[in-house]
Amino acid sequence: MKQPAPWSLLLLVGTACLSVATYLQPRAVALLAAEHNDSVLNILLGDSRRIFANQLFVEADVSFHSGYYPSVWDQAAAPKNSQHMTATEGSPEEEEHERQMSFLGPPTDWIDRFGRHFMITQHTHLSGGNEREILPWLKLSAAMDPHRIDTYTVASYWLRRALGKPKEAEQFLRDGLRDNPDSYELLLELGHVYAENFHEDQRAQDVLELALRRWQEKEGGKKEPDNHSKEEIVINLAHLEEQTGDIKDAVIHLQMAAAVSPHPQALYAQITELKAKLAQK
Amino acid sequence: MNTVFALAGVVIKEMYRRKDFYVLFVLTAVITLLMASMNFFNDSHIVRYIKGTCLLLIWICGLVVAVGIAARQIHAERESRTIFPLLAKPVSRGQVVAGKFFGCWLACGLALLVFYTFFAVIAGSRDSHWPLLLYFQAAWLQWWMLGIVLALVLLGSVVFTAPSSNATTCLVIIGGILLLGGHLNKLALREAEPLRTMVYAFYFSMPHLEWFDIRDFVIYDHALVGWSYWALATLYAGLYSAVLLVATWMVFRRKPLNL
Repeated sequence: MKQPAPWSLLLLVGTACLSVATYLQPRAVALLAAEHNDSVLNILLGDSRRIFANQLFVEADVSFHSGYYPSVWDQAAAPKNSQHMTATEGSPEEEEHERQMSFLGPPTDWIDRFGRHFMITQHTHLSGGNEREILPWLKLSAAMDPHRIDTYTVASYWLRRALGKPKEAEQFLRDGLRDNPDSYELLLELGHVYAENFHEDQRAQDVLELALRRWQEKEGGKKEPDNHSKEEIVINLAHLEEQTGDIKDAVIHLQMAAAVSPHPQALYAQITELKAKLAQK
Repeated sequence: MNTVFALAGVVIKEMYRRKDFYVLFVLTAVITLLMASMNFFNDSHIVRYIKGTCLLLIWICGLVVAVGIAARQIHAERESRTIFPLLAKPVSRGQVVAGKFFGCWLACGLALLVFYTFFAVIAGSRDSHWPLLLYFQAAWLQWWMLGIVLALVLLGSVVFTAPSSNATTCLVIIGGILLLGGHLNKLALREAEPLRTMVYAFYFSMPHLEWFDIRDFVIYDHALVGWSYWALATLYAGLYSAVLLVATWMVFRRKPLNL
């Protein structure tokens, strides 16, 4: 058989290259354009990344409980939100969580009884700096779904409260704000970082005022607004204003807090106290 | 007994000639080291996610090595017809089953030793904490659990016609037991009769492999498993393996050797 001339082979390869290039070029342009708006993970995984993000967040919660966690068969006992991850000891959220997590019950048979010696059966939360162990899962969860707000707030809470890393907390919250500029929860948490860790009261006040505006935009018109966050925002604002001597605004904000608080008695007492201070002036 | 150990020696030699274990170990090491190289909030003391990932990989690799090595033992002897000169030594069929089992089990033990040594070095270098007794308990229980798995796969290798179908079926059964085994009692309570009795009967008769998984104890620095419970679990695994091996021998005894 006669061999083809080298130039004809070269021409064939050239034509193939040109065809592939014409086929791929518009797709590559579309992909690059999408990349400007979205991450590579978003392009590759689409909405399924949210499932991975949820699973990673659950993994953080499992780590927070040192392995004591309800299985798929005890989903009624599974935590419904992340409040217990930042709840203080003795708070109503913590007590409710404690009740929820007693899912094991007495053993039903000898296999169940014996098997419990090989699993973790005590409900504990991480402490003494070990809270750091939940951070990798939270960071990976945020990478999967940057719009999941509690990933940022929980990570920031532990970074600034237990691990002495307010700078990292601020950076993580700023990353979150880049993807969720309207989030009052992130702004509230950022306000905590500025007020409690950096002691930059004016900056904290500005951030909390912005948080209150965002809350009003997002939650103001809802039938069941997130009053817990609003209460926290305005109470923190009031405390900062009291410190800077702006008693009048502090009273207004405490009154806003009392209007949405489930236990407003202590707030009314503070308001009376501040009003007395204002009258003395 | 010497015959059994001679057969076991051949199986161990086969394992270190094959590349399965090396590939799985390198894969585990690379993934673990990559995870360890990640930086989370400039905190170098975070270690539990590395421990969790490494132990999960060790469990997966342990199962793959065990099922892979056991599924082809008897089938390969029959396919290459080396079973005939072997039985003509004379070696009884019971000795073949026992030799193959001990060979696979010791090979798995060696593999686990390498895996757990790597794990201990990585975990210890990160958090300067060496709970060696806990690592020993975890590796020991996993090894005995693999004993049940090996006996089950050997039984499958005299029931199924091909190693692939045997390995797949066994992996599905083992995965099912590990994931659901401990929860079948809860499932049974939700069902109506006669399904409840059937599920309960299965729950009581199956090997509870999930008992042998104490990864959470290692990951979360929990106290040791009580030594009496550890010994009872070992006994339970030994008994289950023996029952499955006897069943294998009984099926193999009547099995024609030609494929």
